[in-house]
Amino acid sequence: MNFNRRALLGAAASTPVWGALPYRSARAQAANTIKIGVLNDQSGTYRDLSGAGSTQAVRQAIKDSGIEARGITVEVVQADHQNRPDVGSTVVRQWIDRDGVDVIMDVPTSSVALAVNTIVREKNKVFINSGAAASDLTGSACSPNTIHWTYDTWMLAKSTGGAMVRAGGQRWFFITADYAFGHALERDTSTFIRNAGGSILGSVRTPFPGTTDFSSYLVQAQASRAQVIGLANAGADTINSIKQAAEFGITRRGVKLAGLLVFITDVHSLGLQTAQGLVLTESFYWDLNDRTRAFTQRIGNLPGNVKPTMVHAGCYAGALHYLKAVAEMGVAAAKASGVEAVNRMKATPTEDDCFGAGSIRVDGRKIHPTYLFEVKSPAESRAPWDYYKLLATTSAEESFRPLAEGGCSLVRS
Amino acid sequence: MDEIFGIPAPLLFGQLLLGLINGAFYALLSLGLAVIFGMLNVINFSHGAQFMLGAFVAWMLLEWLGIGYWWALLLAPVIVGAFGILLERTMIARLYKLDHLYGLLLTFGLGLIIEGLARNEFGSSGLPYRIPPELTGAWDLGFMFMPVYRGWVVVVAVVMCLATWLVIEKTKIGSYLRAATENPALVQAFGVNVPRMMTLTYGAGVALAAFAGVLAAPIYSVNPQMGSNLIIIVFAVVVIGGMGSILGSVVTGFGLGIVEGLTKVWYPEASSTVIFVVMAIVLLARPAGLFGRS
Repeated sequence: MNFNRRALLGAAASTPVWGALPYRSARAQAANTIKIGVLNDQSGTYRDLSGAGSTQAVRQAIKDSGIEARGITVEVVQADHQNRPDVGSTVVRQWIDRDGVDVIMDVPTSSVALAVNTIVREKNKVFINSGAAASDLTGSACSPNTIHWTYDTWMLAKSTGGAMVRAGGQRWFFITADYAFGHALERDTSTFIRNAGGSILGSVRTPFPGTTDFSSYLVQAQASRAQVIGLANAGADTINSIKQAAEFGITRRGVKLAGLLVFITDVHSLGLQTAQGLVLTESFYWDLNDRTRAFTQRIGNLPGNVKPTMVHAGCYAGALHYLKAVAEMGVAAAKASGVEAVNRMKATPTEDDCFGAGSIRVDGRKIHPTYLFEVKSPAESRAPWDYYKLLATTSAEESFRPLAEGGCSLVRS
Repeated sequence: MDEIFGIPAPLLFGQLLLGLINGAFYALLSLGLAVIFGMLNVINFSHGAQFMLGAFVAWMLLEWLGIGYWWALLLAPVIVGAFGILLERTMIARLYKLDHLYGLLLTFGLGLIIEGLARNEFGSSGLPYRIPPELTGAWDLGFMFMPVYRGWVVVVAVVMCLATWLVIEKTKIGSYLRAATENPALVQAFGVNVPRMMTLTYGAGVALAAFAGVLAAPIYSVNPQMGSNLIIIVFAVVVIGGMGSILGSVVTGFGLGIVEGLTKVWYPEASSTVIFVVMAIVLLARPAGLFGRS
């Protein structure tokens, strides 16, 4: 017995040593090394759409940039923020203060992203966000150190919300994930609905994470006599909502579901039988054109056997563009000031296989076209992951919130 | 329109019913936990992972072997139960004589490992599993649209709870089990193989979790986190009901399902915390739980 207890204590005591090991090499940093930290959900509901796949995308960008042929070394570290702002903040502070990380990438879950946004600004490093949605990142919380790459709540609201209202869905009820992202998505979508003459009949805020049964909320939504149930949530929440709406026959009786943020991994999880007909918005689809297919081919199989999502694509394109700026301005200058590196990125037009040609606005918003898709029926799908048909394309200029409306302090100055 | 506390009556009845359905899952899961704790004195923290395994085994049976829902309802508990027996024989049995904490730590660790392995293999966004064709459709109850499948879940859960209670309280094997809990040495002296009985009890508790997992597969996203989302609530149910009390966990399971359902109408933001508020109040008033023996 004694031996067992001692062995247990010994194992517990040695854990911190193991935890510190990866950092040891980090201290000995050469002056021509750039260090990228990929921070996202690696164990929870957003793992498949970001997770280790985002790290793989960043590594692909390093390879495609050819930067290492110029004698610049790029190191990548990754961590799991568990969708908790406190965990994410601690990791980012350690990365910057102790390990010399220059860029933080990805960071889905808006509450974590907003916390990281503040820290990176305070430390004058670079934050390229791909996974979070809250449009506040380029609005009231905008920062000269932050670029918001892939999508945001305003863009989703305009594209999916706008399309639903045009199709006759005037009366809405929201099922909203109770944190920064859900609130922002509900707010932005409501604005579009009201401007188009529609009305909001009500909303419920569901605890995040941890809600698995949405039937109660769906029945409340139905009782409000809404024509459209807006799902201001993501990942497993959206999957459970759609699955249970089908079970309760809500869609069969003429009520439409608006999946305001649906990723291709969610469609894969639902299966086409349940997901068919769903209208959704993405800024990247692997099978969109020759360039996106070439990228998908190059990056290969992602963890969890998924095709790249738009979040992965954003990590790839963001890292590629950052490395371009580093190559132009030199490692020393890029490391010295995050603001300067971001300014250089804003001054240079973007160009990559995932999003084509684009640019970054003064408020940090990356702009590119967005696409309205409809999920195919099982009969229409010809191959694995052949899930979407294109309904409409919105141009880069019209996809995102106009500069003047965001309330970003960088725009006024 | 008739209103009760500002909520239209039809909506309220609907929510009561939905609460009862969720309560069925709480009852089934807490039943397995109560059986294991009552007999083995082990707090089985890998119960959530075993619930998840039940759903995953159902999915594997369907995708890889073409075996549908009905057989899965029987086979998945048997397979996962056998896995539970393996865990009990090789690891958990060694901890019976130690403090509860050791069993808790071991099963908690096992749960994390099982969940992590499933996540590595299948990703986190989940797998599709459809409602069996015999149970699709819905009844119009006037105040609510009631899916046939949810009705089935409630009926099966009630039958399962009753059957377990009958086996433990009214049969000979049940009396051996109860006796072995009180005084294992004496029961062994009468020629009853107590260690084997413990093993089978653990297997049965795990099989109950897997059974609930198969029931859950068609309505919840089948993902590796599905158990950990539910298990904390289920532990609260067991604590409120009184650790190890079978009747307590069943009644509390259904009761808390209803409390949670009503919270979802009046103040949805608190629906994930209301059960813990109830737990705190119960523990203050009756530290042994509602049905526990102090």
